[in-house]
Amino acid sequence: MNGVHDMGGMQDMGPVQAEKNEPVFHEPWEGRVWGMMWLGSAWGKWNLDAMRHAIERIPPADYLRMSYYEKWLAALVDLVTGRGLATRGELESGRPAAGSAKATPPVKAEGVPALIARGNPVKREVAVAARFKVGQRVRGRNINPQTHTRLPRYARGKVGTIERDHGVFVFADSNAHFQGEKPQHLYSVRFAARELWGEQAAPRDSVYVNLWDDHLERA
Amino acid sequence: MKTSRRDFIANAGAAAAAMHDLAHAQASNQEHEHDHSLVPSDPALRVKSLESLLVEKGLVDPKALDALVDTYEHKIGPRNGAQIVARAWVDAAFKKRLLADGTAAIAELGFGGRGGDYLQVVENTPKIHNLVVCTLCSCYPWAVLGLPPIWYKSAAYRSRAVIDPRGVIREFGLELPEDVEIRVHDSTAELRYLVLPERPAGSEKLKEEELAALVTRDAMIGVAKVTLPKPGGQA
Repeated sequence: MNGVHDMGGMQDMGPVQAEKNEPVFHEPWEGRVWGMMWLGSAWGKWNLDAMRHAIERIPPADYLRMSYYEKWLAALVDLVTGRGLATRGELESGRPAAGSAKATPPVKAEGVPALIARGNPVKREVAVAARFKVGQRVRGRNINPQTHTRLPRYARGKVGTIERDHGVFVFADSNAHFQGEKPQHLYSVRFAARELWGEQAAPRDSVYVNLWDDHLERA
Repeated sequence: MKTSRRDFIANAGAAAAAMHDLAHAQASNQEHEHDHSLVPSDPALRVKSLESLLVEKGLVDPKALDALVDTYEHKIGPRNGAQIVARAWVDAAFKKRLLADGTAAIAELGFGGRGGDYLQVVENTPKIHNLVVCTLCSCYPWAVLGLPPIWYKSAAYRSRAVIDPRGVIREFGLELPEDVEIRVHDSTAELRYLVLPERPAGSEKLKEEELAALVTRDAMIGVAKVTLPKPGGQA
């Protein structure tokens, strides 16, 4: 989706403002939202790619205006109701619907270390042939799906070189829409900064992007 | 789940409208304006209400939430990454393993899991400077640096790191010579990057723990270098 979230190369967003001694969470509610997103995902109703897409779907003006965890809250509400963990009515009332079944068991405090250790394993040990070889020149495909994609706009139509083949990974673009893992090779592709931005870029600078087979074509 | 995209979006839209701040976001403001009096507008109150609903439905255990937040506020943070860097500076064999297979070498120190399932370590040298960004969202090596600072997630950083890395790094107070090659790493998949900064000159006599204390989060993202404390500064 050519959304405002795809920010690489945009200009006039102002200076980068770092905060001294920044806390992990600025308000307790931020940690609760962040944690609920994670614990909620343990029910298997959504994955990280779907979560990212839920954030991307926030309308652009709001996306830019909202704080980071406000966006997470919007996405969490979207996922909780859209994926059937709670109904819109329940959210409005703040109470479970009469007669609704109680889910059990949720992840307990003692299960948290295992949850963290489990991570988000998306590498797949399946035999899928790589379409490209290390050292090969490739072009980011000129695709403009209205759905989730991890191919940033700035790399589309641009020529780069395969630097590393990381093996077979779940394809985020389909996984975000629950349309299967479509496992395929994931690469580090090096794009010269001048290929991306023209003569204004420094001659030896480059940008490395992780792209899947379906994002690339022969150059 | 066989939800079509159309249904998914429709459901999502309905859901968002249910949270009344999002009525602004996903429907016309005026249409939903009257709803605003029904719910608190303060995110803290809305989150409290959402949490109590999910707890009552058995979906979330509040003690598990406490444990998650506590872990990332107190246990998983940039000190993890600093240990890795210091080890690499004093142990050439470890550094070699670290650069060859970041995930495996970092697991030797006990780090990994969420936000660090697949780690790649990129080394800064006098001629090469690495910078990490996530232009599409906020991907960050949680397992070794904890949760990202606001600036890393900001539109300013995400937009400019790829097109104007020198300018961004300069805003952090670091001027890189023109002959230094900058490699920007855009975290577009589940691989996470850790920058191995250059060991500062004059640190030869420091022990591993002392070296780790010098390593900053910003240096491991690539917007700073590691420096020795100024003479006469800290005790």
